[in-house]
Amino acid sequence: METVKEKKKGTDSKKTIKISGAEALIHCLLAEGVETMYGYPGGAIMPVYDELYKFQDKLTHILTRHEQGATHAAQGYARVSGKVGVAIATSGPGATNLVTGLADAQIDSTPMVCITGQVTRQLLGTDAFQETDIIGISTPVTKWNYQITEASEIPEVMAKAFYIARSGRPGPVLVDITKNAQIDEFDFSYEKCTAVRSYKPVPKPNKTAIQAAADLINSAKKPFIVWGQGIILGKAEAELKELVEKTGIPAAWTIMGASALDTSHPLNVGMVGMHGNYGPNVLTNECDLLIAIGMRFDDRVTGNLDSYAKQAKVIHFEIDPAEVNKNVHADVAVLGNSKDTLGLILPLLNNNKHEAWHNLFKEKYKIEFDTIIKNDIHPTKEGLTMGEVIEEINLASNNKAVIVSDVGQHQMIACRYAKFSQSKSNITSGGLGTMGFALPAAIGAKMGAMEREVVAIIGDGGYQMTIQELGVIFQHKVPVKIVVLNNEHLGMVRQWQELFFEKRYASTVMVNPDFVKIAEGYSIEAKRISERKDLKSTIQEMMASKEPYFLEVKVEQEDNVFPMIPSGASVSDVRLK
Amino acid sequence: MENQWFTISVYSENNVGLLNRISGIFLKRHINIESLNVSKSEIDDVSKFTIVAHTTEKWVHNIVGQIEKQIEVIKAYYHTDEETIYQESALFKIASGLLFDERQIQNIIKDNNAQIVTVSRDFFVIAKSGRRNEIDEMHDQLKPYGIMQFVRSGRISVTKDEMKISAILKEF
Repeated sequence: METVKEKKKGTDSKKTIKISGAEALIHCLLAEGVETMYGYPGGAIMPVYDELYKFQDKLTHILTRHEQGATHAAQGYARVSGKVGVAIATSGPGATNLVTGLADAQIDSTPMVCITGQVTRQLLGTDAFQETDIIGISTPVTKWNYQITEASEIPEVMAKAFYIARSGRPGPVLVDITKNAQIDEFDFSYEKCTAVRSYKPVPKPNKTAIQAAADLINSAKKPFIVWGQGIILGKAEAELKELVEKTGIPAAWTIMGASALDTSHPLNVGMVGMHGNYGPNVLTNECDLLIAIGMRFDDRVTGNLDSYAKQAKVIHFEIDPAEVNKNVHADVAVLGNSKDTLGLILPLLNNNKHEAWHNLFKEKYKIEFDTIIKNDIHPTKEGLTMGEVIEEINLASNNKAVIVSDVGQHQMIACRYAKFSQSKSNITSGGLGTMGFALPAAIGAKMGAMEREVVAIIGDGGYQMTIQELGVIFQHKVPVKIVVLNNEHLGMVRQWQELFFEKRYASTVMVNPDFVKIAEGYSIEAKRISERKDLKSTIQEMMASKEPYFLEVKVEQEDNVFPMIPSGASVSDVRLK
Repeated sequence: MENQWFTISVYSENNVGLLNRISGIFLKRHINIESLNVSKSEIDDVSKFTIVAHTTEKWVHNIVGQIEKQIEVIKAYYHTDEETIYQESALFKIASGLLFDERQIQNIIKDNNAQIVTVSRDFFVIAKSGRRNEIDEMHDQLKPYGIMQFVRSGRISVTKDEMKISAILKEF
C-alpha cells in the first residue's frame, strides 16, 4: 500500500491511481499484509505473474510443483502464523487442482485466499481453452467465492475476500478473475473491509447463557473439558489454561486442538477420538458435565452418537451457530469467540479441585501405558516403532518443534506421542484426512515461522502423493526436516483390512522407490535407518542440521495403532488391542 | 423423527451464484428440493427464497443453519405448514372451442374460483391459485377435455408470526 500512497503524493484528492487490474491485485495483496504466496502460472493468469515479476522485492512467490502443493503450503503457512495463506493458479486444470486444498481448509477452518485466472469475459461459456466453471466447482468447499469480470471490482472484492477468510470461523475464499479484468486499467484505491451487511462473523456472547454455564460448572462433580481448534483460532490459549487451573477440571483435546495447552500440563489428560487416549474416551461416558470448547463433535471424536455422553449435561462454547445441536444436543450453548466467552465466564467460576475424578484419568492412563504406550515408545521387540521415532524427536527438539503430519497411522502416532510446549505446533489434515498434505504444508509452516523447527512426519504412501514439492525445498533451501516412517504399506487401510476385512490386503502393499536417492536427486541430505542403535544419533543429527534433511525410518511393517474405537462403536467400547 | 413438510424462507442479497450455494447444501445431504421460488421481499434490495422440502426437523435445522452461514444470506427460517399461509399458482392453456362446446368447463372454473386471464381465437388461459391439492383437483377435472399446456409455480408463503427480519437489518 505504501507504494500506492507514494504514487498518490502530490496528485489529486481522490487518492486513486490508474493501473491495470493485475497491478491492482498486487497492491491489494500488499495492503492485506501478504508477504509470501504459493502458486503456479498459466495462460489465464499471466498478467498477474507479469506484475509479480515487477514486485518480487515486496512479494515472494513460491513456485510449487503442483497447484495442490500451493494450497497445502498456504494452509501450513496460515496454521502456524495465524495469517491468511494465499495460493494462486491459472484457469482450468490449475483451478481444479486447488479443490482438495480448498476442501481441506474448509473443513479445518483455515484462512486462505485462492486466486484463479479465468478466460476473458467474452469467452465465458464458450468452452474456451482451459475454461472451467471453478466458481461452480468450488462453491461447496469455500466459505465464499466470487468471479471478477471487470477490473474495477478488484479492490472491493479482494478486501472482502481477506475479511471473510480471516474473520469469525475462518475458511477458504476463492476469487476467479477473468483475463480482461487483469489487463484493463481503472482508477485504483484501496479500503480494507470491516463489515459485510449479510455476514455476522462473531455472535455476541449472551450473559444469561454464560451464567447458566458457570452454574453448571460450579455444581458439577465430574466435569470434563474437551477443546478443539477454536481455542487456537480464537487465541484463547491463556484463558483455557486459566479455566483448567482455576476449576481443576481435566481437559482433553481433539486432533485440531492439540498444542493449545502444554502437553505436560497435569490437567491435560490427552486426546479424544478414534485413536485418542483411553481415559478421555471412556470417561466421556462417565462425566456429569461435558464442556466442549471450539470443537464440532466430528464422528471421529464421538463414535456412535446414540451412546455418546448421554449421562452428561453438555455446554458448548462455539463461534459458529450452525455447529450447535448439529451432532450433540447442548444444554447450554455459549456463542461467541472463545477468548471473549472464556474471559467472561472465568470470574464467575469457583476455585475448585476434582482430585478423585482426575485420579480416574490417571488410572486409565496407567492401563493404557502398560498395554500400549510402553510398547510404542520403549519397545522391546526388534523392529522400530513409529512411537519411538516421535519420542526421539520430542527429546531432540525439547518439545518445541512444529510437527506437520500427513494422514494415516503415522499421523495418529504423531498426534498421540508428540509433546508440545507452544500453541500452533500440530499441523495436520484433521477433517478431510488429505494424504499428501504434510510435505507442502511443512514448507508453508517453515516459511510462516522461520524461527521454529519444523518436522514433517509422513508415511510412505502420502509422501508419494506430493513428493514433487521436494523441488521447492531444493530450490529455496527450505530447512524442513522430513521424516518418512516407512512401513511399506498403506498402514491404516492395512490395519482396517486386518481387523475388519479378514486380512484381505487389497492394494495396500507399497512397492517403494529408493527415497534416499530421490531426496539426493534434489540435493537434500538424506539418510535411511532401520536399526534402533542408529535412531537417537541420527535424529539428533537431523535436528542439529540447519539445512533441509530427509530421514527415512524403516519401521515395523504390520504394527497397528491402538487404542481404537471401531467405526460406529461407542467411545466406551474403545479397544486396547 | 418423521419426515414432514417444511417451508424454508431465506432472505439474502441478490447475487450471482447464491442459488447454487443454497441448492448445494441440499445436494450434499441428499435431500430433494420439492419446490423453489425466488422473488423480491418486503425489504428493498433483499431477495427471498421460498424452498419446500420433505424431511425431518433434525435435518431442516441443520440445513437452515448451513444456509444462514452463507456470507450473502441475511437470515433463514423454517416453518411447518401450520405456521404459514401458503399457496401455489397454476396456468392451464386450453383450446378456445372447448369453452363454448363444453359447458362443464365454465362450471369447473367457477367452482374452483379460477380466473380466465386471456382468451384468443385458438386458446384461452385459466389461472388458479391455491393449495397444491386444489390445483391438482382442478387439473384432474380439466384433463378429460384436453389441456394444451399446464404449469404450476413453486410455493410462496408468508408466516403467521412476524419474521423480525427488518429488525435484524437495522442492526447492520
